[in-house]
Amino acid sequence: MSHSGWETVIGLEVHVQLATKTKIFSGASTAFGAEANTQACAIDLAMPGTLPVLNKQAVHYAVMFGLAIDAEIGKESAFERKNYFYPDSPKGYQTTQLEKPIVGRGNVEITLADGRTKNVRIHHAHLEEDAGKSLHEGDFRHGVSGIDLNRAGTPLIEIVSEPDMSNAEEAIAFAKRLHSIVTSIGICDGEMSQGSMRFDVNVSVRPTGTTELGTRTETKNLNSYKFMEEAIAKEVERQIDLIEDGGIIKQETRLYNGDTKVARSMRSKEEANDYRYFPCPDLLPVIVSDETIAELRRNLPELPDARQARFIEQYGLSHYDAGVIGSDAAMAAFFEIAAEKSGNAKLTANWIMGELAARLNSQDLSISKSPVSAEQLGGLVARIADDSISGKMAKQVFEGMWAGEGSADEIIEARGLKQVSDSGALEQMVVDVLTANQAMVDDYISSDEAKRKKKLGGFMGKIMQASKGQANPQQVNQILAQKLNELL
Amino acid sequence: MHNLTIAELVTGLQSKEFSSVELTQHFLARIAKLDANYNALITVTADQALKAAAAADERLAAGNAPALCGVPILHKDIFCTNGVRTSCGSKMLDNFIPPYNATVVENFEQAGAVVLGKTNMDEFAMGSSNETSFYGPVKNPWASDSVPGGSSGGSAAAVAARLAPGATATDTGGSIRQPAALCGITGLKPTYGRVSRWGMIAFASSLDQGGPMARTAEDCALLLNCMASYDDKDSTCIDREVPDYSATLGDSIKGLKIGVPSEYFSEGLDPDTEKTVRTALAEYEAQGAELVEISLPNTGLSVPAYYVIAPAEASTNLTRFDGVRYGYRCEDPKDLNDLYTRTRAEGFGDEVKHRILIGTYCLSAGYYDAYYGKAQQVRQLIQQDFEKAFEQVDVIMGPTTPSPAFKFGSKGDDPVAMYLEDIYTVATNLAGLPGMSVPCGMVDNKPVGLQIIGNYFDEARMLNIAHQYQQATKWHSLAPEGIA
Repeated sequence: MSHSGWETVIGLEVHVQLATKTKIFSGASTAFGAEANTQACAIDLAMPGTLPVLNKQAVHYAVMFGLAIDAEIGKESAFERKNYFYPDSPKGYQTTQLEKPIVGRGNVEITLADGRTKNVRIHHAHLEEDAGKSLHEGDFRHGVSGIDLNRAGTPLIEIVSEPDMSNAEEAIAFAKRLHSIVTSIGICDGEMSQGSMRFDVNVSVRPTGTTELGTRTETKNLNSYKFMEEAIAKEVERQIDLIEDGGIIKQETRLYNGDTKVARSMRSKEEANDYRYFPCPDLLPVIVSDETIAELRRNLPELPDARQARFIEQYGLSHYDAGVIGSDAAMAAFFEIAAEKSGNAKLTANWIMGELAARLNSQDLSISKSPVSAEQLGGLVARIADDSISGKMAKQVFEGMWAGEGSADEIIEARGLKQVSDSGALEQMVVDVLTANQAMVDDYISSDEAKRKKKLGGFMGKIMQASKGQANPQQVNQILAQKLNELL
Repeated sequence: MHNLTIAELVTGLQSKEFSSVELTQHFLARIAKLDANYNALITVTADQALKAAAAADERLAAGNAPALCGVPILHKDIFCTNGVRTSCGSKMLDNFIPPYNATVVENFEQAGAVVLGKTNMDEFAMGSSNETSFYGPVKNPWASDSVPGGSSGGSAAAVAARLAPGATATDTGGSIRQPAALCGITGLKPTYGRVSRWGMIAFASSLDQGGPMARTAEDCALLLNCMASYDDKDSTCIDREVPDYSATLGDSIKGLKIGVPSEYFSEGLDPDTEKTVRTALAEYEAQGAELVEISLPNTGLSVPAYYVIAPAEASTNLTRFDGVRYGYRCEDPKDLNDLYTRTRAEGFGDEVKHRILIGTYCLSAGYYDAYYGKAQQVRQLIQQDFEKAFEQVDVIMGPTTPSPAFKFGSKGDDPVAMYLEDIYTVATNLAGLPGMSVPCGMVDNKPVGLQIIGNYFDEARMLNIAHQYQQATKWHSLAPEGIA
């Protein structure tokens, strides 16, 4: 799908749910998945006379993000009311920041597949409250909708980028980098499937080589990289087709349904609300002192760049492996525990990026929800590294761990999977197989050099079968070659 | 018993001259007998009151009970009361029973005060005559054809009619001081941030402030001692020690410098009201205070600025009343839009709708700078006027209202005429300053109020100044005909 003559301009607005225990303006819990409306207090319900009190932790998390992207910190930021009627917005306004955000201009560097790096400028990031959820399915049909206010008041930072990305790959690299940063500094759990990070994508196109920005559309609320990629591809194609057919792009807000793969217009610019922003009189300006900033800077957890460099240095990982493992805070933590246990960092990295990642992906699980713990995986890798089991046996052990059968050693023991490396026992095994298969031996002897090599595999299979896969294949290979040579 | 002040009731209760149950029964009987004449109460909580009185008597018997233990009071129906309907004078909340107490309510409950009921008020505190209440207007005990003032008209009338010795009230643009003046009682609007707004249904958040109403300054001091507190549930509440407001009432006011703003004695002020207020100022001079002519040059801008800022905040504060979670909901809504529009069209009265429309307009794109932005600038100018004045003087005095209580319906068709009723009171709200109204005379057998404006957190000084005046005069102890 190439569109010669056109270039794409993309900017992102990213909503990041902050991992505070309580909401931004109330003491209600922010835990995900509770029964509807059990985590909404009088403040979240906007009961008359209730008042907001700002959650300090949310402010600190926002400042930490600012420090992580080397941004200006708003030492005096302010909350405003964004007014609109909707049932999932109980107060009738969203408390957010507009004129004075807590995080000013910053920068995020992204690395692309071909190794190139690119800087994406951050315009600002501000604190705000999440809305509740409207339920239009299940019990709620026939003209009745449900409202779940558990999410109402969950603290968010909205990160607004400059339109510095020129294709889906860059947009996704940027989104992943943000994910990596916010999870690394521990301000967000990063659970995309639970809506912890949501992306609004602003897309416009223009003739290649021109500098004026085209009219943009905003596709809201994408919560996976895959949907982002699809939505961008569809929107770019729609805009180019429309312009090439003589049409005009309207500034509008769009929705993309990742399940049906259908994109549609939600509202045009003309239909947009007049939000009547004004300073929230119930909240004082947020003052962040230099001391607080200094302390947060001092205690800022390791950032992805630093961690990747350390993984190369400390564990001898390749750039690529360090990039993959080091960019995801949960995966990095998992890796460090597993590597410590296994004593073989590279092999551990291979297992995490290979078998484990594949299984997690296939079941749509994040690594923090992995049924196989870091200690378990490290135990498994240790047994591969010390030749107790073969790679093939290791996969069986992994299956056992996934199924909850215990540690690698327990499964090896229970399933009798220990690799036989005793050379006396192996030699006997080889001799027994050769004796039992005289015809194959005769055939081997009468063949020429080239054919003999191919026929070795047949003996190997018989021997591994006889050992129930437990024979150390390298050793068997050696002994077999030696025994057959003696017969020539 | 109903002619005793709160200070006298405290003495009587603590010395077991009478019990809280006897006192409570007495006032409940008065309410049952007389309130039909005034319509001052929306809800009477007789059963809860008698239970609270019995509990108060036990505390009193045990000794060491707080000052207000066993004293009956009323709460303006804007303060949320756990388990008791809190209507805010509106059909919208006619069925609303909060599951929590306002901090002010909680403070009085902790002190053992006995709540007799909830008082009538202008709908959502929007009004200066009590004519906008869903529950009908309150009648002024001094003249049944005249308004009691608003929005705290129910509290003011109830105290004037001796249905309770004291009541809570709120003041956004004069809603404590103006009805206090019109009903001949004493009322104090504290510094913004002195009294918690938690559980006080918001009209204009940056202006709203709760305060006490009673017949004397001494009683207001007792009530404020309990009412004022730091509250971490209200971010705009100020963490500052609450002094004992009763302790300094007896201090001398010799040498006190009283600022008299020329703008408060100009066109629009009823001549008899002016004469009455000037006589009160002369009394202060006689007590050794010095009168200093001052100017608050931006006074004329205060009403226009107020009627932009207050409706702007109200328009968004009242968005939550949408029929979705509590309060009034229209019947059989066809869809979401129908639910919103009919609920709000049917649930709100005309004055509330009027202000929501003004406020929405003032905040709209393209109008914000011309209205809200400009009004905020004016607010700063007004604040600066007061700051300059307080460099020269200790307090500022003038009339609370341009004239005594006006007749029902007399300003009905002209909202601006009604808004000018607030001309002397709104500036203090815009500046966040404390203001007080003290009875200082009668015109046509209707009370006139003297306004005392203090510097930030100067409530103790203001109460002292008012108390000294009341030691020398009798206006605060006059009772409307047929009351005493």
